[in-house]
Amino acid sequence: MRRDKQEAQAQFNRRALLMGAAGLGVFAGLGARLYSLQILEQERYRTLSDDNQFNFRLQPPVRGRLLDRFDQPIAENRDSYRLMIIPEQAGDPRAALERLSRFMPLSEERIDRLVREIRRSPRFQPVTIAEDLDWQTFTRINLHLPELSGITPDVGEVRTYPHPQTFAHVTGYVQSAPPESANGDPLLLHPGFRIGRAGVEAAAEDTLRGEAGQLKVEVNAYGRVIRELPDQSVPATPGRDVRLAVDLRAQRAAMAALDGQAAAAVALDIQTGEILALASSPSFDPNSFVLGIGQEEFDGLNTNPYRPLFNKATTGLYAPASTVKGMAALAALQEGEFDPSEEVFCNGSTRLGNRTFHCWRREGHGRVNYHEAVKTSCDIYFYEAARRLGIERWRQMALTCGLGELFDIGMSIPQRAEGLVPSPAWKRARRGQPWTTGDMYNTGIGQGDLLASPLQLAVMTARVASGRKVTPTLFPREPGHQFESLGFDERYREMVHQAMRAVVHEPGGTSYWTLDAGRGLGIEGVEMCGKTGTAQVYSISAEERAAGVRDQEDLPWRLRNHGLFIGYAPAAAPRYAVAVVVEHGGGGSTAAARPARDILRDLVQRDPSARPVGPIATGPTPSTEG
Amino acid sequence: MGVFTQSVPRGFREKLYEVNWAFVLLIVLIGCIGVGMLYSVEAGSWDPYASRHALRFSVGVLLMIVVALFPPRFWMGIAYPAYLGALILLVGVELIGVTAMGAQRWLDIGPIRMQPSELMKIALVLALARYYHDLPEEKVSSLGGLIVPGIMIAAPMALIIMQPDLGTSLLLGATGAAIVFMAGLSWKVIAGGGLLGAIGGNIFLQYGLQDYQRARIMTFLDPESDPMGAGYHILQSKIALGSGGATGKGYMQGSQAHLNFLPEKQTDFIFTMLGEEFGFVGGIFVLGLYALVLANCVMIAASCRSTFLRLVVMGVATTFALYVFINVGMVMGLLPVVGVPLPMISYGGTVMMTVLFGLGLILGAHVHRGAEPPKGAGLFG
Repeated sequence: MRRDKQEAQAQFNRRALLMGAAGLGVFAGLGARLYSLQILEQERYRTLSDDNQFNFRLQPPVRGRLLDRFDQPIAENRDSYRLMIIPEQAGDPRAALERLSRFMPLSEERIDRLVREIRRSPRFQPVTIAEDLDWQTFTRINLHLPELSGITPDVGEVRTYPHPQTFAHVTGYVQSAPPESANGDPLLLHPGFRIGRAGVEAAAEDTLRGEAGQLKVEVNAYGRVIRELPDQSVPATPGRDVRLAVDLRAQRAAMAALDGQAAAAVALDIQTGEILALASSPSFDPNSFVLGIGQEEFDGLNTNPYRPLFNKATTGLYAPASTVKGMAALAALQEGEFDPSEEVFCNGSTRLGNRTFHCWRREGHGRVNYHEAVKTSCDIYFYEAARRLGIERWRQMALTCGLGELFDIGMSIPQRAEGLVPSPAWKRARRGQPWTTGDMYNTGIGQGDLLASPLQLAVMTARVASGRKVTPTLFPREPGHQFESLGFDERYREMVHQAMRAVVHEPGGTSYWTLDAGRGLGIEGVEMCGKTGTAQVYSISAEERAAGVRDQEDLPWRLRNHGLFIGYAPAAAPRYAVAVVVEHGGGGSTAAARPARDILRDLVQRDPSARPVGPIATGPTPSTEG
Repeated sequence: MGVFTQSVPRGFREKLYEVNWAFVLLIVLIGCIGVGMLYSVEAGSWDPYASRHALRFSVGVLLMIVVALFPPRFWMGIAYPAYLGALILLVGVELIGVTAMGAQRWLDIGPIRMQPSELMKIALVLALARYYHDLPEEKVSSLGGLIVPGIMIAAPMALIIMQPDLGTSLLLGATGAAIVFMAGLSWKVIAGGGLLGAIGGNIFLQYGLQDYQRARIMTFLDPESDPMGAGYHILQSKIALGSGGATGKGYMQGSQAHLNFLPEKQTDFIFTMLGEEFGFVGGIFVLGLYALVLANCVMIAASCRSTFLRLVVMGVATTFALYVFINVGMVMGLLPVVGVPLPMISYGGTVMMTVLFGLGLILGAHVHRGAEPPKGAGLFG
């Protein structure tokens, strides 16, 4: 018994020692593992630890401003208070958003949408909850931040357009880059970043954007920034400002003159080709697009029959109608097809084969030479002029004056805005029919297949007025810029010039009464030149005439004629050219003549070209010549 | 009085003199390291962890000494009732337990929230030690001598695994197995049992695990496969340890810990923080202290005359060693993530009380090493 006990004690001690040894062996193993982690692999883990601790935050660059010719900002930046949510930190996103909704309005619907978005995005990537918060809301949320885990406030810059409706079609707007276009560029994926999506914003994107910087920050495991390390950061390079040739006041005058009608106006400096005003009416507020336009608002813009989103000034195409008659008269005189004194008898219509071509004035103009024909816009004279010139020479004149030409004005203009100057080859290709004298008649008075944009009409006006190859641009040109001559015969150009002066200032001129009985600009000692035009949209049939539809005002709006007017001033030394198209403006050219006169008057009175535009301090503006 | 003295101290003062004060000092040193680390967790604040830890630890050390003064006969007497009580509480957890963090582990009794599985860790050791104390030597490897301890171990394991708490269940199993081994189980039975255990374990791994437990094991095998998910904690813990290097980043300078890359740094991952701030030197020092505690335990066990005390010491020491091994192995990426704290350093009340109570039993075994309680009226008379 005693021996058994001793035996048992010895066995126990052996086993206790065995277990103790095993335990110490395990501890030695732990020590070895510790050695491998902390001594052998220290470098690797130290790097990983530094990666954990330090992070580079993308610093989006501040976008350059857009300025008018007098450095008035037309697109600038302002602070925007944003809220982001970091899904990883927020726990249940719905609960987090509902907590947040105690401090700011967040509809159920919006929460649903955000929750879906949060579920889709990576857990560590911030999702924007709200942008452009007012200061009160922003500070209130900042105050309650400790209760709102996962919510991060942020101050960014957002594009703002201080003259909302005025420049929408010129500036275009900025928006978030479409994710598929980002190509992994972190700047484009940055929630606060916007790129130009239309207008000059898109065209001058490279100049305006600048370069992103990197801010080195110390973060904790949740990505919350503990400390910023500015001395190890790369600051963002701000984008450069871009100065435009447009004149804020002229643009305003143009928009006011168009008065919400479906209309467009282009004003050019004849000497430099600078576009002083490029107005398309009605307009829209580009600010709405920056933070994401609501579906309802967008649908409203999109279905509006006045087409506010469409840039009529550069892209709208209209039959130029009688506005081409100055140019046609110049061609007829230069080519010797008409002697300045030669008259045509207008009795209101002329027959060609079995068709009758009418003059706009049913009772006829009587005997008219080139001067009377331009002044009274006699169609019969220009049928004859077109017939004598033939399509090739007529067309050559139109092309010389800028019709059918696409201009690189510094923002993209769609190819379809080229318009059309028809030719026999075009007609055969398009319709499979030969060119006829009837086609020539129609083209001769600016109707038929002829199509031009308001921008082209303004260029035509400037070229006829100066005899030089004026090309338009949205960006400033060097003062004293000279365009090459078009080689017009100065004698005849002066005659046409006088005839276009007569349109406004001589009794019988088509704009004599509409522009206040020859007072024109209404500025003492300054005269203007012009030419009216009426583009037929719908032909009133005999039956309708019998049923009492007498004139344009009796037709529905969309069937009424377009009213056009081209003009330039001062007549003594032409400097400003303007073209106005009022869609469905109705009878005659009243609709367009007065807006054009108002724009010209504003330009002449202030003479914006008197103040030279030099190179901008922040950097060169993109060249648009050539 | 030497280690092998056979006499048994009787009076209070005599017993106090017999207390192994070097051992107590070792324990206190580890506790102080815990307080220091918890002070660092809150970046130099006593609130909320360090001060409470210090208070609880002080109370726990007093409790430990009080436990050490009770005679072994007392513990033998309450061994079976304590075991049965703990078992009933475990059943109670199944029925009315409070669910927290996806597991039913707590029992609310009035104001007290308790974790019966912690109670069971001590109760199982006492009950098995009592059983083998009463069992005649030659019956240890008999069929009857295997079935009763087998049931005593398996019953709480099964109840705890249902909570579900795989870690604690395996800890109990390992402690029980260690006691059975120390009781003198023949090597033949051990080999056979090992084979059976391996087969049973495999079956269990296949069918007995919850999905999240299986995921943890898979993540443990390849933590980098899921760096933002379940593997995140292990990866961050390894980064913290590794970046600590030889001498560490300095007290309260651990960037991983203080920038919140470390989860649960006041409890399960406190060794990581220690390793980050004090480096290899600090980690080895703490592991060394624990190893010293274990070596002391083995020496105390060997010095005890009674089977009961020997088995109690080795059982408690096994639990203690497993705590350290599982916790440190986990934060170093050697073991799956299971919620096991680092004894006396991790923040947490119940576990610290259990550990100090157990150490009190060991300390008491040293005091009463010469005692030889009679075989009680055990199941085998």
